[in-house]
Amino acid sequence: MSASSRKRATRTSSPSPIQLSSERDLRKIIDTTLRLSKSLGVEETEVHVDEVADALTRFANNGIHQNVAEHGLTVAIRTVFEGRTARATTNRVEEDSLRATIEGALSLAASQPKNPLLLPMPGRQEYRRVNRFIKSTAAITPDDRAQAVRRACDLALQHGQVAAGIFSTGQAQTAIGNSRGLLAVYRDTHAEFSITMQEKSSASWAKSNSADVRNFDTQKLAARASEKARLAVAPKELPAGRYTVILEPSAVLDLVGFLFYDFAATALQDKRSCLNERMGKQLFGKNISIYDDAYHPLQLGAPFDGEGLPRQKVHLVDRGVPRNLVYSRNSAKVAKKSPTGHGFMLPNEYGEAPLNLVFDGGNSSLDEMISSTDRGLLVTRLWYIREVDPYEKIMTGMTRDGLFLVEKGKVASAVRNFRFNQSLLEMLRNVELLGPAVRATGEEAFEMVVPAMKVRDFHFSEVTKF
Amino acid sequence: MYNWTNLALETARLRGATYTDVRVMHQRQRDLTTKNGKVGTLAQSESIGLGIRVLAGGAWGFASTDRLTREGVESCAIQAVAIAKASASAKRNDVVMADEQPYVDSWQSPFRKDPFEIPLETQLALLLDADAEMRRVKGVTLTETDMQFRKSDSWFASSIGSRIHQRKVTSGCGIVATSFKGEEIQKRSYPNSFGGQHALLGYELIESLDLVKNAAIIAEEAVALHSAAQCPEKKGTLLLGGSQLGLQIHESVGHPIELDRVLGEEANFAGTSFLTLDQVNHLKYASDIVNVVADARLEHGPGLGTFAYDDEGVPAQCTKIIEDGQFRGYLSNRETARLIGLDRSSGTMRTEGWNRLPIIRMTNVSLLPGNWNLDDLIESTDEGILMETNRSWSIDDRRYQFQFSTEIGWEIKGGKKVRMLKNPSYSGITTEFWNSCDAICNADHWTLWGTPNCGKGQPMQTMGTGHGASPSRFRNIHIGAAFSEQAAGK
Repeated sequence: MSASSRKRATRTSSPSPIQLSSERDLRKIIDTTLRLSKSLGVEETEVHVDEVADALTRFANNGIHQNVAEHGLTVAIRTVFEGRTARATTNRVEEDSLRATIEGALSLAASQPKNPLLLPMPGRQEYRRVNRFIKSTAAITPDDRAQAVRRACDLALQHGQVAAGIFSTGQAQTAIGNSRGLLAVYRDTHAEFSITMQEKSSASWAKSNSADVRNFDTQKLAARASEKARLAVAPKELPAGRYTVILEPSAVLDLVGFLFYDFAATALQDKRSCLNERMGKQLFGKNISIYDDAYHPLQLGAPFDGEGLPRQKVHLVDRGVPRNLVYSRNSAKVAKKSPTGHGFMLPNEYGEAPLNLVFDGGNSSLDEMISSTDRGLLVTRLWYIREVDPYEKIMTGMTRDGLFLVEKGKVASAVRNFRFNQSLLEMLRNVELLGPAVRATGEEAFEMVVPAMKVRDFHFSEVTKF
Repeated sequence: MYNWTNLALETARLRGATYTDVRVMHQRQRDLTTKNGKVGTLAQSESIGLGIRVLAGGAWGFASTDRLTREGVESCAIQAVAIAKASASAKRNDVVMADEQPYVDSWQSPFRKDPFEIPLETQLALLLDADAEMRRVKGVTLTETDMQFRKSDSWFASSIGSRIHQRKVTSGCGIVATSFKGEEIQKRSYPNSFGGQHALLGYELIESLDLVKNAAIIAEEAVALHSAAQCPEKKGTLLLGGSQLGLQIHESVGHPIELDRVLGEEANFAGTSFLTLDQVNHLKYASDIVNVVADARLEHGPGLGTFAYDDEGVPAQCTKIIEDGQFRGYLSNRETARLIGLDRSSGTMRTEGWNRLPIIRMTNVSLLPGNWNLDDLIESTDEGILMETNRSWSIDDRRYQFQFSTEIGWEIKGGKKVRMLKNPSYSGITTEFWNSCDAICNADHWTLWGTPNCGKGQPMQTMGTGHGASPSRFRNIHIGAAFSEQAAGK
């Protein structure tokens, strides 16, 4: 079968899920591209084929208001010619389109000066197998999602509340091949349910995300958001200042997620990382250890990087001391280190980043954190977090959807939302208790494995009106 | 392309859709970056596909495909109807839309120089020249430049009879100098941060910006910031440069006036709005000199929010948002307009691409010029701080409380800029802030800034918006909270 005659989807008139192309079809696109490229005299060629079939059901005001599905495939072609490289991308896979895209990449490459740092493409690699394609997730239909949404909205109506959120499911796959014989293929599924329950002028929120849709219970998430929304009614205003905070995993994630690029070797080489001049020093508390581990059972993502190198587990922070960075092939050469399999698709100016962060957890439950707190704040979720200072890593943002005062070991009342301006470096020196590490999901950072944290002296600078 | 839209419309109708609109879109993009004198990203992309939105059973469904074949388009339309029927099983009410006329039209945004026809060598040479100018300054530790060009064609067709083709060309570029010294990273950007300036123009935009001349200026400033005094924390007079004010408008006017937010449709993600329906014509949003419009028409300027028709087939319009300080109106689509009793959509449905559902987006939300000359404004300020070029931005999920920091500040004393300040920031409550505005510069200082990176929707869509602004003055503002010693944990 030629690439142009591939069958990418099997569809019927019922809303059954889209099927991704077979691995054989992806290989055919790569082989066709490499053949065309060779016939055009290209020295080296790399082909990325990415396919996505996603669906997302969105609800608000206790009903579905948006409901979408997409299916698309892209082919990104990088060519190397006389020490120059560039990339061109298309979503047409007929031979004429692929040939034009190769020629486009060549034309881009020819327009630039020679790059003396450009490395030859890597050859064949060995990959550790990961299984993140779950049939039960791939089989979810629009009717399944609508049914779950209807149950959540019914719960809201029963409690006099208003529900809003999403239920999304999807499948994706990627294949990389190059003219030196490298071939890497990965596919996964993903599912996510997020719900906000609003009561009067207050709200609370719950969210979960997994490769396996059976790993979360949409109705339990709705019930948790509903219960907390009731507690969030009639918030009282407290003065800004420093408070002990109990950060639920989503709040931790959305804050510490801003540290990920600081561990890129290229970021240090460019002197824009907060770890410049700080590697090997006691930067965080001794209870903070961080890894990048694409193979962790709670992680998702391909076991190879943008050049097709296998991802390695990297111990980034050991008991508060930043010890290691992640490297692309290029930054590794500059630093005279070995690449760790964290490079982005070339060409790019950012190099690499750890995308599968895992924090070591502790043994304290959220209840234990609350019961051990004389006066503090329980934070459900943070919002609109931005970096104020890149070296001290001062972050600003708001609390959202459930901020509660804890007094004498108990949740005492709801509190109006605060703005924070807080150094992440200081925060990770002030962690008093850690919960078990879980796969957390928020809105600011990609998913990571992090624990809930009890942190002293967290700095809230201003209060808002609700 | 209308063959495909016709096929989609007919297939959806036969499957039970009561309304359908279809967009075939062909999008081309070119990205160039340099870093420290070397080429970084050099890439181009092309994407073509079709998105179908249908009403069936009183509810919405949307499906998209890049398979522009008879089988691909038919099955996409069938899928869209099936999704709509699933939506109908959990709908709140039947969707009803405000009336709109059918239009048959073709429109192209005006530009003088097609950026895709300019030799890449020319574009890269300009970036590398600017990069070299920045690196000439001792103390600069990182230099970055970028250019981005987009050309998109869309063919819109709807079951009420519209057939609209639009071609839009946008261009953008920016340069950044960063300096790391001691325990500080300082940076300066030109002509704006986070990607520079973007507009619905061709390569003539790039040529008008004089990147090389400005490269040396921002590089010197990035290094000088290390020796500058820290912006103090206090209540005082604030002057904002045009690009920062553009972002202030975006966050504290543009987003809260989106009617989908107001009606709770974004409650789980982007948030809601303090501008509840009872506020129209009642809320004193701003001081009397403040006038804000949402204007998608070409006569407003070549902004990232300029078009002839929105992605729901509604013609571009100018909507009064704030008139002499009074809150007047929202950004709406046909559905939300009907929900709040308006006769017509304000024409703000926009989609990122063929595979995304159109949603309510800002067009060009602009502060109209005032009467002041900038020199006079500074001269008339006894004590204040002028802040320029955004560094960070954050606002709560109802758009009340915000905080911005900028790359550089200038202390004003006795009507003169007396010294540079580092790490400036300000914060406040939206309506209190806008009501404290006592001076707006005139049209000579007014620029239609382009914000290319506005995120909204699920799945996330990135959209370009326009914000006309000129430097303005605000009184009694909380300055300096972001970088206080408390924040740094010192």
